[in-house]
Amino acid sequence: MNFDFSEDQKLLKEQVSRFLTDNCPIEVVREVLEGDDFYSEKVWKGLVELGLTGTTIPEEYGGLELSPLELCVIAEELGRASAPVPFSSSVYLATEAIKLFGTSEQKENYLPKLASGEIIATFALPESAMEPNPDNIQCTFSSGKLTGTKMPVPDGSYADICVVIVRDKTKDSIGMSIVDLSEKGIEKKSLSTLDQTRDHAEIIFNNTSSEIMNSSGDGWSDVQQILDIAAVLISFEQIGGAEASLNMAKEYALDRFAFGRQIGSYQAVKHKLADMYIKIELAKSNSYYGAMMLNDKGSDLKIAAAASRVAATDAFNFAAQENIQTHGGIGFTWEADTQFYYRRSQVLGLSLGSIASWKK
Amino acid sequence: MDFNDTPEENDFRLEVREWLKNNAPKEKKAGGYDSIDVQESALARARDWQAKKAEAGYAAITWPKEYGGLGGSSIQSVIYSQEESKYNVPTGFFDIGLGMCIPTIMAWATKEQNERYVEPALYGKEIWCQLFSEPSAGSDVAGVRTKAEKDGDDWIINGQKVWTSGAHFCDFGIIVVRTDPTVPKHKGLSFFFLDMKSPGIEIKPIRQISGGSNFNEVFFTDVRVPDLQRLGEVGEGWKVALTTLMNERLAIGVPKSADYSSLTQLAKDVILNNKPAIKNDLVRAKIADWYVQSEGLKYTKMRSLTSLSKGETPGPESSIGKVVSAPKMQDLASFAMDLQGAAGILNDPDMSLMHSIFQNQWMSAAGYRIAGGTDEILKNIVAERVLGLPQDIRVDKNVPFNELADSR
Repeated sequence: MNFDFSEDQKLLKEQVSRFLTDNCPIEVVREVLEGDDFYSEKVWKGLVELGLTGTTIPEEYGGLELSPLELCVIAEELGRASAPVPFSSSVYLATEAIKLFGTSEQKENYLPKLASGEIIATFALPESAMEPNPDNIQCTFSSGKLTGTKMPVPDGSYADICVVIVRDKTKDSIGMSIVDLSEKGIEKKSLSTLDQTRDHAEIIFNNTSSEIMNSSGDGWSDVQQILDIAAVLISFEQIGGAEASLNMAKEYALDRFAFGRQIGSYQAVKHKLADMYIKIELAKSNSYYGAMMLNDKGSDLKIAAAASRVAATDAFNFAAQENIQTHGGIGFTWEADTQFYYRRSQVLGLSLGSIASWKK
Repeated sequence: MDFNDTPEENDFRLEVREWLKNNAPKEKKAGGYDSIDVQESALARARDWQAKKAEAGYAAITWPKEYGGLGGSSIQSVIYSQEESKYNVPTGFFDIGLGMCIPTIMAWATKEQNERYVEPALYGKEIWCQLFSEPSAGSDVAGVRTKAEKDGDDWIINGQKVWTSGAHFCDFGIIVVRTDPTVPKHKGLSFFFLDMKSPGIEIKPIRQISGGSNFNEVFFTDVRVPDLQRLGEVGEGWKVALTTLMNERLAIGVPKSADYSSLTQLAKDVILNNKPAIKNDLVRAKIADWYVQSEGLKYTKMRSLTSLSKGETPGPESSIGKVVSAPKMQDLASFAMDLQGAAGILNDPDMSLMHSIFQNQWMSAAGYRIAGGTDEILKNIVAERVLGLPQDIRVDKNVPFNELADSR
């Protein structure tokens, strides 16, 4: 029985955790929330220098060629720090998509630049509040040109390239295409969202040059495969965020006195925190299995990814929300740090489509 | 990451498998302890099987060899249980004795007493029970009122214990009693073991709301116990009791119950809004939630087993099992009954869908949420021992027991 991460993976986790503690304290997240930057370039550069953007990229393309399990431990720490960086869009979604479905030319072109941090990539699936399904993909690709609107696109205001889910007119099927976001015929608009520490944009393509990617034949199942991978990885971010929220709530429950005693000595508070812990552990266990399926390319990946996503979303949403409740009045002020997890929980929870659709 | 045995674990598994193949009873029905109306023949079969296991060293794998164990590891014990569960062997008669009582004896009794009692218990010749809970001491077990008074070289016990599994067929019991009510509650307790056939002991079954009987009440009227059978010092019974309680979480679990797969089956059979209920998105979402919970519990167990496999103590995540599974049993059963509409109240197995498994489960789940630690106590434990939150402010800590509000 060896249902755990390896010693090397745990070391990597510690290394990432140390880096983020030193370079991405919560003040850095606040600076992004309050300032004009789309993300923390300094934190991103640090992650690039550690080689983390190339974690699973093959060595021939300049990556570290490690397993998805390494990405899982990195994700957990990014979530714990609520890091304002485009890691999930660029690494879990776009890089994985290019690795799996890029043509050899596209891989040679983009993967080394993604590994070295020269470019940031993103992944554009939804077009509106409609559930992302094949019928709702209106963005079209025809004769090397892309037309349509994608919204919200994570990190869309500043990403260099984008993997766009399209309706491929020539084949009359769903496909993926890569577009350079500095091309002509692109309008970008930064959106106001619940979590301004993670940029989201509306991107309008108007006969924009783009390259179609490979497909297994069923374009929509290719998309779902990417979403399954991202679901497992994002679930680790959610677990990290949930643990940070629980920890914050615990510290406050120990510090704060009411009616002459620590509020953490009241059972109503204890049980709330115990509920957070229980949800987090159930999520962790599901996500470990998701990670194992990801690593083994196991046949259970689909259902394990859905279970990871459902459990981790529940855990993070609950922990972030009840962290504020535990803090009382101070908890819902702008001054408090509880807000970062509250915001991030919804962004991560909604990023890959509604939970109802993952339960199906 | 994998679920595979290490080479050593695999060797042990094969060895166990071979032994079970040659030795496990072939009867279809094992006759385990699932109700107090236990048949003498079932008990006899259980004793035979226990003796066989003890002879081979499998009755107490983690015990040291000098006590008749195998001197093995916890993961070996788990492997043995996994393999044994593939057979219809009698279960449940010796778990409390070997899991809780005898480890307490080993820790606190004299060498001679160990020589006298450990082996017969291990071989199933003598069965032990635990006498802690009382009508007014449940979650707060240190609040026991059954008293023992010194009389020469003996103690005289008067009072009542409750929730005692197997008391009616047990030979010995361990008991915590109050020997001094004039000091604060934890300081006035003493701990004994006693002969369950002693004069003055009366045992009555408890009938549960499910209609079944799994436990007894035990009444003590002037029951004489020699001072030699005291474990630990007079007034230090709580310290001894903690040894027993540390082992309790190993002994208490929740049985296999109807889960998301049974519910899925039911949802295919019942109609909701003119369609099979399984087509209803709300129903599907509920099933998905319980699936995710079940998977979470399953893989939490795998994480704990991984710790055992590495020779480590499982982390705190191992403490969440019952507090998740018992309410899930109840909620899922309740939802399944709701899907059956007005007929959901039927509990006649011949008339109710799926032989009334959900109705029965709903009835028994109410008990599982309480037995071996209520939901509330288990959450306190998570909050205090795992998260490090402070204990509740206690009004009973420094007050003599007989001056507490409800202890006269």
